[in-house]
Amino acid sequence: MTAWLVRRLAAAMAIVFAVVTITFCVIHLAHGTPFLPGPDQDVDPQVVARLRQQFGLDRPLPAQYVKYLWALLHGELGESFYLRRPVADALADAIPPTVTLAGAALLIDFLLGLACGVYQAVRARRFADIALGNLALFLNAMPTFWLGLVLLLVFGQWLRWFPVAGMRDPVLCPTIAGARCTVDVLWHLALPALTLGLVGAAGTARYQRAAMLEVIDQDFVRTARAKGLGEGRVVLVHTLRNALLPLITLFGLAFPFLLTGAVLVETVFAWPGMGRLSVAAILQRDYPVVVAAALVASAMVTLGNLLADVLYAVADPRIRARSERA
Amino acid sequence: MNLGKWLALAAAGAVALLAAAAVRRRAAASAAGRRFLAHPTATPGVFILAFFVTIALAAPFVALDPNSMPGIVDLRDRPPSLLHPLGTDVYSRDVWSRIVYGARISLGIGALATLVAVTVGAGVGAVAGYFRRWVDAALMRLVDVGLSMPRIFLLLMAVALWERVPLAPLVLLIGLTGWFGTSRLVRAEVLSLREREFVAAAQALGAGPARVIFRHVLPNAAAPIIVSAALGIGNVMLLEAGLSFLGIGVPSPAPSWGSLIYDGWQHMAAAPWTSTFPGLAIALVVMALNAVGDALRDALDPRQEGP
Repeated sequence: MTAWLVRRLAAAMAIVFAVVTITFCVIHLAHGTPFLPGPDQDVDPQVVARLRQQFGLDRPLPAQYVKYLWALLHGELGESFYLRRPVADALADAIPPTVTLAGAALLIDFLLGLACGVYQAVRARRFADIALGNLALFLNAMPTFWLGLVLLLVFGQWLRWFPVAGMRDPVLCPTIAGARCTVDVLWHLALPALTLGLVGAAGTARYQRAAMLEVIDQDFVRTARAKGLGEGRVVLVHTLRNALLPLITLFGLAFPFLLTGAVLVETVFAWPGMGRLSVAAILQRDYPVVVAAALVASAMVTLGNLLADVLYAVADPRIRARSERA
Repeated sequence: MNLGKWLALAAAGAVALLAAAAVRRRAAASAAGRRFLAHPTATPGVFILAFFVTIALAAPFVALDPNSMPGIVDLRDRPPSLLHPLGTDVYSRDVWSRIVYGARISLGIGALATLVAVTVGAGVGAVAGYFRRWVDAALMRLVDVGLSMPRIFLLLMAVALWERVPLAPLVLLIGLTGWFGTSRLVRAEVLSLREREFVAAAQALGAGPARVIFRHVLPNAAAPIIVSAALGIGNVMLLEAGLSFLGIGVPSPAPSWGSLIYDGWQHMAAAPWTSTFPGLAIALVVMALNAVGDALRDALDPRQEGP
């Protein structure tokens, strides 16, 4: 198990390194360069040249790459061209909001998806199952950000139940402090988390329903019923426990989905997270921020997959045995 | 929309119904087809797809000019009516017509980009699975890297290579970022196919690797390829919508469904229909594609379990 884990970790690091390299090359080759003034601005070319020299952009690409890697080895992510601050600081500000959003969305996704999946399996092929199944198909087919727009229109604009943008009230709570501000953040969090969570839950419910149906016909479930156990106990304890394995796969798959969704949903709700930071950085050609964002994103995806595999091994003795043999 | 356009629209609906009925008739003749029809959502899915393809092809007959602005002052942001069934946008353009012409772009991008993705994915997967050893290892590590980045992030970067990305490279890029999953599926299939007797027979007859892969192995791996193509088109359409929403997809005057949502977003409060209906169109088509894809999987590839 340990050897397997070490090998997987090494592979994950190799993947992240490759992503950093590819991102570095692509973004440096991108059209346009940083510090070039817009068509309506009048900036002294000498100033631009000095800025480019200051950030080392005048040196050949391989030299810049080696310099960047060397800094990265020492934990240095460089300085943003536009934010005028270290990239690490910008990331430290942007990661907590995204983790909050993704965590809340994941919670809604799994709780709602699990409940619906189990309920659908119990009522399989009856009206409630078919109705919920079709609703899930519809939700699953929507552009996530469009669902966000519709929720924003209905609950933010018409009913005015929730705020329409941002993470906290700028007047009441300039920074995180006190219970009232936690409530304020939760209030701002509701719509974006619901947007991401609902779309995710639609997929989770389908998988959970299928997994439950596979188990519910097996002999040990019939035995449990024959023993005279209540239906609730049969479903929730005997069946559900054995139908939880696919959820781990979904957990691993959820990371790319949440990150992709976050890019768009953060834009809709003006949520100050990683997604908005990286989109803005790519559009502005803010090279250090782009590479660092790619590094964080790919690390999250690979580690998410690894975590899912580890959870699999923990939960399923058959898989544990296989990974020990390999 | 005058009477003629409404009649043409009814005719388009009838054509779609006929197409769905024809598919049903053809499918009922074979065992795989009956498995396809066993899905209650398969036939409605086929109908929805046929309907959208029909109106996209017959756009001039069922819709007005998508770019004409008949009255920028008194006809802007009008709610749905008989004349403008889905309302008008802020420039007084007819939303229904823009959706109909947008179907050409959105469905076209979906189909072409998926074609690119599936071709590359099948090729890479077949080569990796057939040659194994270092070829397999190298290609699959590449796939690992590709899968470790959110696709929209990859695309955002690739699109940044241009100042304003033209349509053809955009389609190519969407396709080239979407083959990783397919290649894994095809590789797994080829790994088992290459051990079969008919491959040994072809090799014994002196067939080279290219002939064995393309004439003998890949045709037998068609099922997962077709299924992942059907499911891939919907994904591409969602992706295109997301890119357009970030303002870097299809250039603005061209009415793709994603850019329609983006254009309507700013006027969401005054004219919710401008953004709502294009999104509904995407949801309908993607739902239909998923339903047909799921049914195809059960029909062609009974071993592969789906939810």
